Amino acid sequence: MTSVQMNVDGETHSDEVEPRLLLVHYLRDVLGKTGTNVGCDTSNCGACTVHLDGRSVKSCTVLAVQADGGDIDTIEGLAEFNSDDEEAGWHPLQRAFHTEHGLQCGYCTPGMIMAAKDLLNENPDPTEDEVRHGLEGNLCRCTGYVNIVKAVRTAAAEMRGDKVDAEVGA
Amino acid sequence: MTALDTPPSTNVGVTKLRKEDAHLVTGRTTWTDNITLTGMLHVALVRSPMAHAKVTNVDVSAALEQPGVVAAFSGADLADNWAGGLPCAWPVTPDMKSPTHLPLATDEVRYVGDAVAVVVARTRYQAADATEHVVVDYEPLPAVVDMEAALADGSPLADTSLDSNKSFTWQKIDGEIDDAFDGAAHVTTRRFINQRLIPTAIEPRSVVCAPPRETRETTLWSATQVPHILRLMLALTCGVPEHELRVVAPDVGGGFGSKLNVYAEEAICLVLARKLGKPVKWTETRSEGYQATIHGRDQIQDVSLAFNEDHTIRGMKVELHADMGAYLQLVTPGVPILGAFMYNAIYKMDALSFTCHGVFTNKTPTDAYRGAGRPEATYAIERLIDEAANELGVEPFELREKNWIKHEEFPYMTVAGIEYDSGNYEAATAKAKEIFGYDELRAEQAQRRDSGDPVQLGIGISTFTEMCGLAPSRVLGSLSYGAGGWEHASVRMLPSGKVEVITGTSPHGQGHVTSWSQIAADALGVPYEDVEVRHGDTNVAHKGMDTYGSRSLVVGGYAVQVACDKVVAKAKKVAAHLLEAAEDDIEFSGGTFSVSGSPDANTSIQDISLAVFAAHDYPEDMEPSLDSDATVDPENFSYPHGTHLCATEVDTETGRVTIRSYVAVDDVGKVINPQIVEGQVHGGLAQGIAQALYEEAVYDAEGNLTTGSLLDYYVPSAADLPHFTTDRTETPATSNPLGVKGVGEAGTIASTPAVINAVVDALRHLGVNDMPMPASPRNVWEALQAASNGGAA
Repeated sequence: MTSVQMNVDGETHSDEVEPRLLLVHYLRDVLGKTGTNVGCDTSNCGACTVHLDGRSVKSCTVLAVQADGGDIDTIEGLAEFNSDDEEAGWHPLQRAFHTEHGLQCGYCTPGMIMAAKDLLNENPDPTEDEVRHGLEGNLCRCTGYVNIVKAVRTAAAEMRGDKVDAEVGA
Repeated sequence: MTALDTPPSTNVGVTKLRKEDAHLVTGRTTWTDNITLTGMLHVALVRSPMAHAKVTNVDVSAALEQPGVVAAFSGADLADNWAGGLPCAWPVTPDMKSPTHLPLATDEVRYVGDAVAVVVARTRYQAADATEHVVVDYEPLPAVVDMEAALADGSPLADTSLDSNKSFTWQKIDGEIDDAFDGAAHVTTRRFINQRLIPTAIEPRSVVCAPPRETRETTLWSATQVPHILRLMLALTCGVPEHELRVVAPDVGGGFGSKLNVYAEEAICLVLARKLGKPVKWTETRSEGYQATIHGRDQIQDVSLAFNEDHTIRGMKVELHADMGAYLQLVTPGVPILGAFMYNAIYKMDALSFTCHGVFTNKTPTDAYRGAGRPEATYAIERLIDEAANELGVEPFELREKNWIKHEEFPYMTVAGIEYDSGNYEAATAKAKEIFGYDELRAEQAQRRDSGDPVQLGIGISTFTEMCGLAPSRVLGSLSYGAGGWEHASVRMLPSGKVEVITGTSPHGQGHVTSWSQIAADALGVPYEDVEVRHGDTNVAHKGMDTYGSRSLVVGGYAVQVACDKVVAKAKKVAAHLLEAAEDDIEFSGGTFSVSGSPDANTSIQDISLAVFAAHDYPEDMEPSLDSDATVDPENFSYPHGTHLCATEVDTETGRVTIRSYVAVDDVGKVINPQIVEGQVHGGLAQGIAQALYEEAVYDAEGNLTTGSLLDYYVPSAADLPHFTTDRTETPATSNPLGVKGVGEAGTIASTPAVINAVVDALRHLGVNDMPMPASPRNVWEALQAASNGGAA
C-alpha cells in the first residue's frame, strides 16, 4: 500500500492505496465521489474525465498514486453552492447543457462538461468544428452531439460575457 | 396562486426544460454502480475464451484461497438454484427450438463470454483477481460462425443438444405473390447485409442485490429498461415468489434495447445475495459487456421487387437469415419478425412474401437494438427502391412518389395487413427537399461528375415509415409474444393540491418526468412545477410494461392522460356537489370548475382535492378520493414517417465519406415537448449513421469477437458526425387521444439507408451499385476498385 494525499474539489484527502488503484476508483470507491463515471476500459469514452492540476485527464488512465499531491476537480465541485436557487450556482456549462438539451441519459455528461471546461480554458471562443474536434475523446450515445456542441458554444459566450447566441451549424 | 391564474394548455406542445437535468449535470446521480450497501460484496464472472467447447471440469478451490474471496461457484454448483433457464418470451413458431439457457453454463459453452463460474470477494479488484485462479478444462468443439454455412448439411452444431442450427422458419405471405412476379415487366433483386452491431449504452450494465432484512423482500437494482418485466421473469427463473421481489431501475444511462432483457448476471446476483445473505454488486467492464450484453441486427436480406410496365410495384419477396447468436434472449426471435410488416414501407403493392430463418451460431446472442427489425426492413426497401429506379432509368423520387400511399388514402390497410392511421408523405418530402436545396445539389452533382472531381457528391433519400408504440395486446398475442402491450398510470391528488403521477414506463434518458408532467399539468389544470413523476421501482410503480419500441409516450403518456381525465371526472362530481349545481352544468377549464352561466361560482381542482381529503362533504355515491388509475391498451400501432435527405462527399482516391449535410423532416404526430423530440431524432440519426459509416461487430473464423472493445468497435464522436437540420410535419395519430406517434427509433430507422443511398449515388456513374456497411474508406475504395476492374460492385 502507498500513501497518497490529494485535494479533491477543495477538500484534502489522505489514504493508503494499492499502487494499481485507478484514480477513478479512488474517487468513486474510496471517497464515494460517484459523480464521475466509468464507461469503458480502454480510455475511449471519456465518461471519467476530471481535472488534474487544471487540465482534463481521463481518470481511468491515471493511477491514484500518480495524482499524489495534486489538485483534482470533478463535476461535483463545479457548481457554487446556493441553497436558495440551485441553478444560480451552476457553472455556465452546467446551465447551457440544461437549456440546450445537451444531455439525455446524462451518463457521459460529467466527463463531457469537464472536457468542455478544459477546451474553453484553452479556446474561449471555439467554432463548431473546434468544439467537435476538442471533444472527440468523449463519447455520447444519446444526443448525436448537436446539442452538446450548442451547449458548449452557449456557455463559452456566457463566460466571455457575450450576448448568448446558440445558433450553430448550417 | 389560484387556479384562475393558470391558463389552459400552456404546457403541451411547448419546450419545457427538463426536470431530470439538475442531478445529472451536478453529478448527484444514482447509477446502479453508485450504490454501496453495508457489507456489500463484489461479483466477478469467469467467462469462456472459446466459442464452443465441452466443459469437462471447473475447479474454484484455488480462487477460494485468494485474498478477500468469500465464495466461488461453478455452473454445476448453482445448477439447482435455477427454477428454469433465462427466458425467451417470443416463441415465434410452435416448433421453434430454444436451447436451455442457464445463467451459468454447466457442461457446454456456446460463445466467447458464456459464463462458467462466479467469484464473490470483498472488493471489485479482489474479485477480478480471483477469477484468474478458477481452473476450467475445456474440450474444444467446432465453432459455427457463418449463418448460411450453419444451415448446410453436415454443418457442425452450435449446440450439441440440437439436431440442426435452425431455430425456426417464420413465413407470412400476403396476396398472390407468384402472380405478382410472373409476368412482371421488371424485377429488381438484391442481397443486403445488415451487419452485426453492439448497442453500447454509455452506462455499462450493473446489478446490485440486497437480501431480505426486516421483511421477506429481496431488492434488486439493475441498469435495466424493464424493471417490471425483470421482476416477473427473475421470479420465475430463480424461484423467488414475485411478491417478495422488488426491482428498481435507478438512474439508467441509456439502453437502446441492450437493457431490454433478462440477463444471467441479474439472476446470478439475485441467487448469490440470497444464498450468502449479503448484498452483492456486479458491474460489467466495457470489454466484458461487448461479449455479455446483446448485439443487434445481423441479417442477410435477399429481396426482390416486381414492377409493372408503368413502374407501379406489383409485389415484394423477402427472404431473411437472422443470426440469433448462441441463445434466444428475451425477444431475440421476434426482432426480425417485427420487420415483416415493414418491407412494403410507404408503398402500395398487391403481394408481399416474407420468410425468415432464425439461425444459431456460436456468437453473443442478438436481440432488440434501437429499431429492432424495422431498421433492417427499411434499409432493404429504401436501398432496393433506389436500385430499381436506377435500373428503370427514373429519378428515385419519381419512383417513390408513383408508388407511395397518397395523403388522401389514409387510413390505409397495407398489404401486410396493418392499418396506417395517418400520414402525409408528400408534405414531408416537399419540406425536406426545400430545406435541403435538392435541385441545387443535383446541379452541383452533375457539374462535379462532368469535371471529374476526385471528390464526388452523392444525394441519398430515405422516405421511411415505421410501426412503433408497442403495442396492441391482441396483435402481440397473434404473433405469439408472451405478454401484452398495455401501459399503466396512476394519478394521486395530494391534499395540498400537488400531484404525483406514477408511470409504468421506465425512462433512461427520454425525459418522461418532464413530458408526463406537461401532459398532467394541462389535463388537470395545475402548474407544471406541481407535478412529480415517479417510476422505475416496482414498490412505487407497481404495474408497467416498461420502455422500448418507441412506446412510452404513445401508450404510457396515453395512460397518464386517461388517468388525469378520470381525476377530473371525479372532481367534477365533487364540484357540482359543493357548488350546488347539476353536474352537466359544470365546466372545467384551466384547473377551475365553474357553473355554466355563473362564472363567479367556481372552485379549483386543488380546493376540491383538499375538500376530498377532509371528506366532510362529498357526494354520497362516491368514495372520498380523486386518485385514479388507468391501464390502456392501444388499438393500433403508431406510424411515424418522414423524409430524410443526406448529401455525402466521397473521396474517390481514399474512399473517405464525409456527410456534408443532413436534413430530417419527421412526422411524429402531435408533439408534447419539441426540444425533447428533436433530441430523440438527433440521437437516432447518430446511431443510424453509425451503422452506415462506422460500426461493425466482427468475429473471426473461430468465433472470437475481434471488435472486443471501444478501441476496435468504432462508436463515432462529435468529430465524426455532422450538424443535423431537423424539421417536422404534423399529421396527428388517430389511435390515441394525444395524437402522438413514437419518436425514439425513427431517426435510426430512417438514416442508415439515406446515408448508403448517398454514398452509392456519389459513385453510381463509376459503376458502383452496392456498398457494404459500414461504408468505411476501405469498403468504399474496394467497391471502386472492383467497379473499375469491370466487375459488378
